[in-house]
Amino acid sequence: MSIFVDETTKVVYQGLTGSQGRFYGLLNRDYGTQVVAGTNPRKAGTDVDGIPVFATVADAVAETDASASCIFIPAPGVRDAVMEAAEGGVSFIVCITEGVPAQDEAWFFNKLRRDFPEVTLLGPNCPGIISPGKANIGITAGHIAKSPVDGQKAVGIVSRSGTLTYQALYELKLNDIGVSTCVGIGGDPVPGTSFIDCLERFEADPQTAAVMMIGEIGGSAEEEAAEFIASKMSKPVVSYIAGVTAPPGKKMGHAGAIVSGGKGTAQAKMNALRDAGARVGLNPTEAGQLMVEVVRGL
Amino acid sequence: MDLFEFQGKQFFARYDIPVSPGEAVTTVDDAVAAAERIGYPVVVKAQVQVGGRGKAGGIKLAADAEAVRTHAANILGMDINGHTVETLWIELASDIAEEYYASFTLDRSAKKHLGLLSAEGGVEIEAVAAENPDAIAKIWVDPVDGLTEEQARAWVAAANLNPQATEGTVDILLKLYRAYVEGDADLVEINPLILKPTGEVHALDAKVTLDNNALFRHPDYEEYEATQVRDEREQAAHDKGLQYVGLDGYVGVIANGAGLAMSTVDIVNQVGGEPANFLDIGGGASAEIMSGALEVINNDPDVRSIFINIFGGITKGEEVANGIVTALGRVQIDVPIVIRLDGTNADLGREILQPHLSDTLQMQPTMIDAAQTAVALAAR
Repeated sequence: MSIFVDETTKVVYQGLTGSQGRFYGLLNRDYGTQVVAGTNPRKAGTDVDGIPVFATVADAVAETDASASCIFIPAPGVRDAVMEAAEGGVSFIVCITEGVPAQDEAWFFNKLRRDFPEVTLLGPNCPGIISPGKANIGITAGHIAKSPVDGQKAVGIVSRSGTLTYQALYELKLNDIGVSTCVGIGGDPVPGTSFIDCLERFEADPQTAAVMMIGEIGGSAEEEAAEFIASKMSKPVVSYIAGVTAPPGKKMGHAGAIVSGGKGTAQAKMNALRDAGARVGLNPTEAGQLMVEVVRGL
Repeated sequence: MDLFEFQGKQFFARYDIPVSPGEAVTTVDDAVAAAERIGYPVVVKAQVQVGGRGKAGGIKLAADAEAVRTHAANILGMDINGHTVETLWIELASDIAEEYYASFTLDRSAKKHLGLLSAEGGVEIEAVAAENPDAIAKIWVDPVDGLTEEQARAWVAAANLNPQATEGTVDILLKLYRAYVEGDADLVEINPLILKPTGEVHALDAKVTLDNNALFRHPDYEEYEATQVRDEREQAAHDKGLQYVGLDGYVGVIANGAGLAMSTVDIVNQVGGEPANFLDIGGGASAEIMSGALEVINNDPDVRSIFINIFGGITKGEEVANGIVTALGRVQIDVPIVIRLDGTNADLGREILQPHLSDTLQMQPTMIDAAQTAVALAAR
C-alpha cells in the first residue's frame, strides 16, 4: 500500500507545456506515473510528446478522468492554478512551484479548507510525492527510491526539505529498505499538507512499518507532530531536524526556515520529538542508521 | 525584507495610516534644513534595523536648530548594537497621552492572520506577553473573509483602551490589515500606537517586513531592496542570485538544496568546526553556478577550507563533477577543498574528479568524513 497516490492515480500537469513542466512531466511518465493530460489555455488541442493538452483542468478531468494535478506554473499564477485544479474536480494537488507569496498561500489554504474540504494540497515549494514502483509526481529522481517488497517492512518518509528527502531515500536504498511513500511537504510557511496529515495516513497504512520524519527550523509543525506521535502513533518514528546552528532572524534558504523570537529552534524540536518517543539522529546518516536498526528490530 | 522606520512610515502613509510628518536625511546640514521645514520641536531618530535605539542614545528630542545640529552630529555614524547609523529620520514631535501596541503577522500554526493589540505599548511586546499575557487582545483573521469593522470593534473593546481612542484605533487597524494583506507584508507592527491629548490616534513607530516572494506584484519595492543591509559577502552572493547567509566561522560551505546546506553547516559544527556561511546553490550545480559560489566563498578572508556537499538527484554525478572541475579551472582558490558527492551516478562523478585530487582537493565518501577532513585542513 501507499498513501495519497499509487499506480491508479491519473495526473494532469498544469504548465506541462513550459520547460520545467515538460521535463518533469515526461520523467514522471517514464517512471510509470499515469500522466494523462496537460493544461494551457493557449495550446488546447495540441500535445506534449503524445500527452493531450487541454484549456483547463475541468476539461482535462472531463476527458481523462484525472484525479490529481501537478502544478509547474510560475509563482504569480499559482493562486489561480490551485483554485482551477480544485474547481476542476481533482482531489489531490501537488504544487512544485517555489516563491509563492505567503499571503496567497494563507488565502488558498483557507479557501480550500472551506469550499473544497475533500481536496488535499501538497506544497507549494515542495519536491512532490513518490510511491516507489507506483507513481512519482514532482521532481524527485525516481531511481534513488527503493520500491517496497511484498511481505517486507517498508518505511514512510515525510519531509520539509527536498535534498534531505533524497538523502533519506538514498540511505534507505543502500540498506535495502523499501519505501511505501515519500512525501515532500515543502519549506514554506503555510504548507497545504502537514506532518500530521502524513503521519496519520502512515499510521493507517498497513504496508508502512515505520516513519522517517525530516524537519527543519522555523514554525511549530515539528512540535505539533511530536504531540501527535506521543498520543496517536503506534509505529516507530525516526527524525532528523536541520538547522541546529542557524542564527536567529536569518532565513536559511526556505521561506519557512527562520528562528524568530526564540521560537522554532532545532533543539526545541528535537527535545519535543525525543519526549514523544521518537528517535532523533543528529545528522542525516545517523538518522538513516537509526532507521535501519528500527526496521531490523521490527 | 525588513524596512527602516522611515520606509515603514512611508509604507503606512500609502494606506492612510496617520504618521508624523518627517524627512529622512543623511547629513547634519540636511537634518537642520528638514527640521526648519517641519517646525519644532522635532525628534531626531537613528535609522537602524535593530532594537534598543532609545537606550543607545539614538532617539533625541530637539527644540531648536542648534539642538538638531548637536544630536544629528552625535547620532550619525553611531554604532547601535553592531549597526552603523547612516540615516536619520527627523519628525515633528508628538504629545503623548497613552501608548498602545498593534500588529499583524501570520500564525503558522493556526494558518490564519494573527492580530495583537495591547494597552501596554511602548515596551517590548514579548515582555508584556511574558509578564501580563492578559494585557494582549488577540484576533485570528481568516484570510478569505478579511477583517470586518465589527470584528475590529470587538477586538478594540477587548483590549481595554481608553474609550477616547476607540474610533481612531478601529480605523487604523482596518487600514493596517489592508496594508498587511495588499502590501504583502510578513509583519506590520506599530509600537507605540499613541493616543494624543487631543484624542487623535497615530502611529509613532513602524516596523514592517515585506515578503520577498511578492516583489512581482510590487515593482516599486525595488527602492527598499536597494537599501537592504547586507555584509559584503552577502551582497556579493545576492548579486549572483545565490542563497547565502554569512556566519562567523572559517569552513566555507557549498551545498545543493536549503535543507542539505543547513545540514552541512550543522555537521561542520557537530565535528568541532565553525561554518563560515550557509550557501545553497539549488538543484543544478552547473559550472556557472559553482564558479559563482566558489568566488563568493573565496572572497571571505576568514575561510580556511571549503566543504562542497552535493547530492545528485535529477542532476547526475558526472554533470556535477564536470561543473566542479570547470569551476576550479576558472577560479583561483587559495584554501583546501573537500568534496562529498553522492546520489545519482555518484561513481561516475567521482571518477571524473579522481585525477584532479591532491592535498588541497580531497574527496570523502560521507558527510561526516568530509566535514572532519575540512575542519582538520582548516586547522593546518
